[in-house]
Amino acid sequence: MLSADFVIATAVAYVGLLFVLAYFGDRRARERKKSFLHSPAVYTLSISVYCTSWTFYGAVGNAARSGLEFLTIYLGPTIVFVGWYLVLRRLVRISHLQRITSVADLLSSRFGKSSRLAVLVTCIAVIGIAPYIALQLKAVTSSIQAVAGASEFGQGSLAGIDDVGLALGVAAAMALFTILFGTRHVDAKEQHHGVVAAIAFEAVVKLAALVAVGVFVVFIGGGFEAIFRNAAARGFTLDVENTFDDRWLTTLGLSIAAIVCLPRQFQVTVVENSDEDHLRVAGWAFPAYMMLMSIFILPIALYGLTTMPAGANPDMFALTLPMAAGQSGLALFAFIGGFSSATSMIILESIALSIMVSNHIVMPLVLRFTPSGRDGQGVSHLLLVARRFSIVLILSLGFFYFFFTRDSNALAPIGLISFTAIAQFFPAVLAALFWRDASLKAATAAIAAGFVIWVWSSFLPSFESVSPQVAELLRDGPWGISWLRPEAMFGLDGLDPLAHAAFWSLSINTFTLIVGSLLTSQSTLERIQANVFVDVFRRGNIAPRNFMRGVATANDLYFVAERVLGERRAAALFETAARESGVSPAMLNPSPEFIGRLERELAGSIGAASAHVMLSKVVAGAEVSLEEVMQMADETQQVIEYSQQLEKTSAELRSTAQQLEDANAQLRVLDSQKDDFLSQVSHEVRTPMTSIRSFSEILLDQGELDEQQRHRFVSTIHQESLRLTRLLDEILDLNALERGERTWENVPTDAEAALERALSVCDALLRQRGMRVEFGSRARAGMVDGDGDRLCQVFINIISNAVKYNDAEEPLLRVSSSVRAGFYGVEIADNGPGIGKAERSLIFEKFSRGQHGSADQSGAGLGLAISRQIVARMNGSLDLVAGPLPGACFRVRLAVLR
Amino acid sequence: MAIDILIAEDEPSILESLDFILRRAGWTISSVTDGAAVLEGVRRLQPRVLVLDVMLPKRSGFDVLKTIRASADTRLLPVLILTAKGQQQDKRIAEELGANEFVTKPYANADVVGAVRRLLGDHGRAP
Repeated sequence: MLSADFVIATAVAYVGLLFVLAYFGDRRARERKKSFLHSPAVYTLSISVYCTSWTFYGAVGNAARSGLEFLTIYLGPTIVFVGWYLVLRRLVRISHLQRITSVADLLSSRFGKSSRLAVLVTCIAVIGIAPYIALQLKAVTSSIQAVAGASEFGQGSLAGIDDVGLALGVAAAMALFTILFGTRHVDAKEQHHGVVAAIAFEAVVKLAALVAVGVFVVFIGGGFEAIFRNAAARGFTLDVENTFDDRWLTTLGLSIAAIVCLPRQFQVTVVENSDEDHLRVAGWAFPAYMMLMSIFILPIALYGLTTMPAGANPDMFALTLPMAAGQSGLALFAFIGGFSSATSMIILESIALSIMVSNHIVMPLVLRFTPSGRDGQGVSHLLLVARRFSIVLILSLGFFYFFFTRDSNALAPIGLISFTAIAQFFPAVLAALFWRDASLKAATAAIAAGFVIWVWSSFLPSFESVSPQVAELLRDGPWGISWLRPEAMFGLDGLDPLAHAAFWSLSINTFTLIVGSLLTSQSTLERIQANVFVDVFRRGNIAPRNFMRGVATANDLYFVAERVLGERRAAALFETAARESGVSPAMLNPSPEFIGRLERELAGSIGAASAHVMLSKVVAGAEVSLEEVMQMADETQQVIEYSQQLEKTSAELRSTAQQLEDANAQLRVLDSQKDDFLSQVSHEVRTPMTSIRSFSEILLDQGELDEQQRHRFVSTIHQESLRLTRLLDEILDLNALERGERTWENVPTDAEAALERALSVCDALLRQRGMRVEFGSRARAGMVDGDGDRLCQVFINIISNAVKYNDAEEPLLRVSSSVRAGFYGVEIADNGPGIGKAERSLIFEKFSRGQHGSADQSGAGLGLAISRQIVARMNGSLDLVAGPLPGACFRVRLAVLR
Repeated sequence: MAIDILIAEDEPSILESLDFILRRAGWTISSVTDGAAVLEGVRRLQPRVLVLDVMLPKRSGFDVLKTIRASADTRLLPVLILTAKGQQQDKRIAEELGANEFVTKPYANADVVGAVRRLLGDHGRAP
């Protein structure tokens, strides 16, 4: 069996391992090795810090007490990561551009770099998170006690220490860890690669531990089904009746807000993000992680309820079930898993909160009380001290909350109190991202109002069990005013307390934000920042110009920079700027752009508001009048418009160049087509010329020709001459047609009559080849706009092709015509060899003769090309279509005259 | 039954004129009218010379010539290429493929007879 001492020693050793991990993680990141630390996998795992001991222990307890409700806590983030990918991307993009360091910084920066708002948000976060920290302390304390209580070796060194003493010890140890982990130095962009690496490692450990316990429980429980069945037999059923009730919706909504606004989630998701594309992976991987994490929660809860003695704390089932089964190794693993989930939350949450406290509360105070900023001593050291102090403060608050509420049992409800507090930022965050008109005054009032309601309706009631005064207040309201009762405000009774608190705090918060924004006006800086935030994805949105005008010497600025950034980074910044303007650092004349860049750099270390205040102290005449700012804004707008215009012009130029290129290519194609055409014409002319020349020579030879031969040769010469003439006619005809010319007038013509005429002209030819003609349905008449003779020519061409190329034993021609939907159509089909796939696109080309062209073909291969042009000049079409016979089928379509 | 000349030509009137002038020169003649029939004709009729048009249906004269030169028993068959395109490029291709004579349409009858005679190595027989 495990002893308490052994477990504590293991926990300390585990923290030592984490520390080593963090140390090497930092080193790797500093050596700028492209390592797995910057991979989407580590990013996703670090986001899984969302799953704390609330999940590891509390979700099991929650499931045992309230059934499926525990799921909502994971559904909310899933909705955000899967469905709100674009919102997250917008948040990450803005925060990178503006060097945002926390959710307080985000709101302060958007609402005119207001330090007051930053202080408010920071205070609310610190107070609101206290229950959440307490939850972790309670979980760790309970888990150690669960081990110690079951130990046959007694409590070891824990003997005589009650839960408060233990929790104090845990809190102190956590504070020490966090200080060692997170505040070894002030980072450039507040990114903590080492910590993130350790957190990712812990994410793997806690998942593996919970899954291991789950698999074990399912195994000894005889499978999922058996566990559910046995539980049902013992009367433990899932509470599904209250699914989708007010509490369900509330926890779902709160978890949506929490995944965005929780300081540690903002830290890992936004601030520590090194690549926007990692969000894409996290979009599916983080929900998958949560799903894995929650798969075994129900079986563990039900099996625990079924087999553990009545009165056993269901929150500890993940730990006590393996212990009850004598599986010390698994129990130890489960303990480390729960310990991981608690430590990762505490470490990251206190780092995130300490950054907020030092940037938004300590820094402004320091700035206020060190007038000139020329003390020459860096504030880096001060910042570190401030952060360490904040960590101690945050854990103390958590401990005190634990101390005062230690008698309440469950873990999950404590967490939800924090969620409700943090959710007060959510309306303002959404407005910051999307609503241009949201104003500082409204946002401040909204968050403050929401917070007050939260304190009254959620925070205060959690002390009910320790304070008779609070209990009385809950029952009767202050001074007996019943409509101010914390859990039934404004007469809204009968709602679940959590839903009640969330409803009133968030409703009043949102209402204040919207109405307040409509009623109040924005300051200039607010308006500028609002545009920067809302338009972050718009093309041409350039980094905001610095609106601090006025005189500042490079020296003054350097002192400010050195204080905050440290000597090395400050020097690097100034040297870069000097190199860019081609002067020595000492001669640098700070441009507004440079001051702007400096401000953003400073903001990365101390937050937007502090950076703004700090710089305005050394930039003389920093206060800029409204007119000037608006003029600058106009100029910025003009620059944007100008650059957009330039972009447009260059795009037009590119497209013109492309058009020229295309035209050139087309000309080249036409050129080569012309070559092909000439070469084809040459061939078509040379062929009859060959016979004519050869037979002429034979006749000239005056040899022993008999009269019959002589006659035959002369008639061949004659025929070939005619063929030449016909060829020339066709070429000229086609040439004219292709130029769009018509040698005829389009007049109302009966196409059906032209078809009849063509058939009778071809009659002899058909008879000669023994080709049968079959008729399908026929139109009575087809009045079209065209020329009867030319139409007849087209039909003759199609029919004679069908005859010429047909090698079937019983050659057959099928003709049908119709007037349908405003079109006259003729289909002429044959049972010849048909036209191969490869040739279909070519048969209407000039000089194309089918594969099956036989030796006696006399055409030059212009017939179909000409026919198609003729039909086209009558605004109709000639196509090869799928026909009723195995061979080819040509269709002529012409619009019918009305 | 070996013959003197096999003509591969698809234009009936041109075929008739070739047949006439070559027969008149005293040679035995046979003919095919598409590219696919040439190889079979060569194998069956064992001609001493092949007169081969380039623009033949089904299989081009150049293609046929390539096969003839690739096959052991026809590798040495003298071939006269006839073409109506008459471009330098055709002549170059014909030479590369191993044509022995090249005559452009429209031709003088004497040119065709002279070329065939050179290929037959036949100087004696008068028309």
